[in-house]
Amino acid sequence: MTEIVLPTVSNRRLPTRANEAIVSTTRVGKTFETPRGPVRAVEDVTLAFAPGSFNVIVGPSGCGKSTLLRMIAGLESPTSGDLSFTRAQENASAPTNALVFQGRSLFPWLNLRQNVAYGLRLQGISRAERSAKADELLHLVGLRKFSRSYPHQVSEGMRQRVAIARALAVDPDILLMDEPFGALDEQTRLLLQEELLRIWEATGKTVIFVTHSLDEALLLADTIVVMSAQPGTVRTVFRVPFPRPRTLTEVRKDPKFAELFSRTWEILRTEVNAARARQEQEIA
Amino acid sequence: MSLRQRRASELALTLLAPLLLLSIWELLSRSELINPLYWPAPTSLWSTFVELLTEGDLLTDIWLSTVRILGGFLLGSIPGIVLGLAMGLFWPVRVFLMPLAAALYAIPKIAILPLVMIIFGIGEASKFMIVALSIFFLVVLNTMSGVLEIDRTFRDVARNLGASRLELFTTVALPGALPSIFTGLRLAMGFALIVIVGTEFLTVSQGGIGAMIWQSWTILSVKKMMVGLIITGIMGWLLSLLVSSAERLVMPWRVAD
Repeated sequence: MTEIVLPTVSNRRLPTRANEAIVSTTRVGKTFETPRGPVRAVEDVTLAFAPGSFNVIVGPSGCGKSTLLRMIAGLESPTSGDLSFTRAQENASAPTNALVFQGRSLFPWLNLRQNVAYGLRLQGISRAERSAKADELLHLVGLRKFSRSYPHQVSEGMRQRVAIARALAVDPDILLMDEPFGALDEQTRLLLQEELLRIWEATGKTVIFVTHSLDEALLLADTIVVMSAQPGTVRTVFRVPFPRPRTLTEVRKDPKFAELFSRTWEILRTEVNAARARQEQEIA
Repeated sequence: MSLRQRRASELALTLLAPLLLLSIWELLSRSELINPLYWPAPTSLWSTFVELLTEGDLLTDIWLSTVRILGGFLLGSIPGIVLGLAMGLFWPVRVFLMPLAAALYAIPKIAILPLVMIIFGIGEASKFMIVALSIFFLVVLNTMSGVLEIDRTFRDVARNLGASRLELFTTVALPGALPSIFTGLRLAMGFALIVIVGTEFLTVSQGGIGAMIWQSWTILSVKKMMVGLIITGIMGWLLSLLVSSAERLVMPWRVAD
């Protein structure tokens, strides 16, 4: 099913056996009931994610990659197949995952510190303790001195950094990210990508990151999952060989970058075309 | 133009319109171009006002109306907010109650006064109830639409971080709907004043600013009536200020710039 002969591992599988994975999906599918009939968003997805790894899912828009992420986040339930989690830590009150959303997701009625502390508040942690934890995380994302500002008073890029801090505050096993930098201007996005790498290296969390940007995927990922056009299935899975810690400039300079980019794009292009054809058909 | 100059100009322009109107009225009345019997000059009202204040029941009337408005307002708006939140959050509640709420909302409130008086008597209880009932559905519908307009992402964030149903209610639905709730409350405060004045017209013996206006009409004391009208206007303005201050207190993120 795949022509890629790169540092590919295998089709439909990550380099981890399911029993070692922090989260694995077994033939997971999701069909939405709509007034125009059932829509198959995700189909037959079998993946296993290694603890501490940085995984990026790329695919054409509308391919169900966000739906897959929302299922892992527990916001949608699969209509077929299974999800299974292995706990990474002793702390039972820490959740398996926390999701960083696309676009505006900070509560406008809470200041930045209260936003970061929100998950801790739900866990019943005392005000003093959660404020301290929130300030620590705001410091991690470089926004300590804005803790009393409200979301509308800071820039979009700062808001996304706070959203990451909010997800990390509950100390999840897995950090899920749904196109978190999609709405940012390019320069801010580049800065935040590097910052995310730094935070990931500091915290050692497992990350599952959804994007439609190949560039972003190659910069960030240990493993890239390419999804097909709707219904979303796994088209191919491969490892990204760049050494860590990475910087944007070093990755871009690496001759393997161009090669990986063009080969992955070859695969993605067929899927994007398929997605486009489908959309045109629906309109017509 | 500096910011301060701009503020000063704004203030001057704001005051200019009512002052201009009053001056024209004063001139027309003094020159008897309009009948001063029906249109007494504004400056001549001052002595009537002082007289009513020192000798009459004006303060009692203001007090009675204010208590009725505020009492009825609390009685109607608090349950209205709770029900509106429930209707916004839970679709079965919404579908079940929506037709009823929409139909009852459309009834002119003063029309239910006789019914309210049958149930609650002709005393103070029915005054509170008529105000409460006339604002209840307004608050319910505004609160509900406020909840429905909350970005779905906020609910997802809360659920993802482990919020229970009750926590969804208190940490997302309530704060998220507050702007809309206050739109409802501001309208409700206006309604409350209209309804209480109308009600007091019909129960003149029980006092209140409406009763005072109506009584002045029956004895053709135009000056007294005019004072009543101006006081009603000022009360409306102060009550709306009260709602705005509460709004600033409850929604500090709206004030921060």
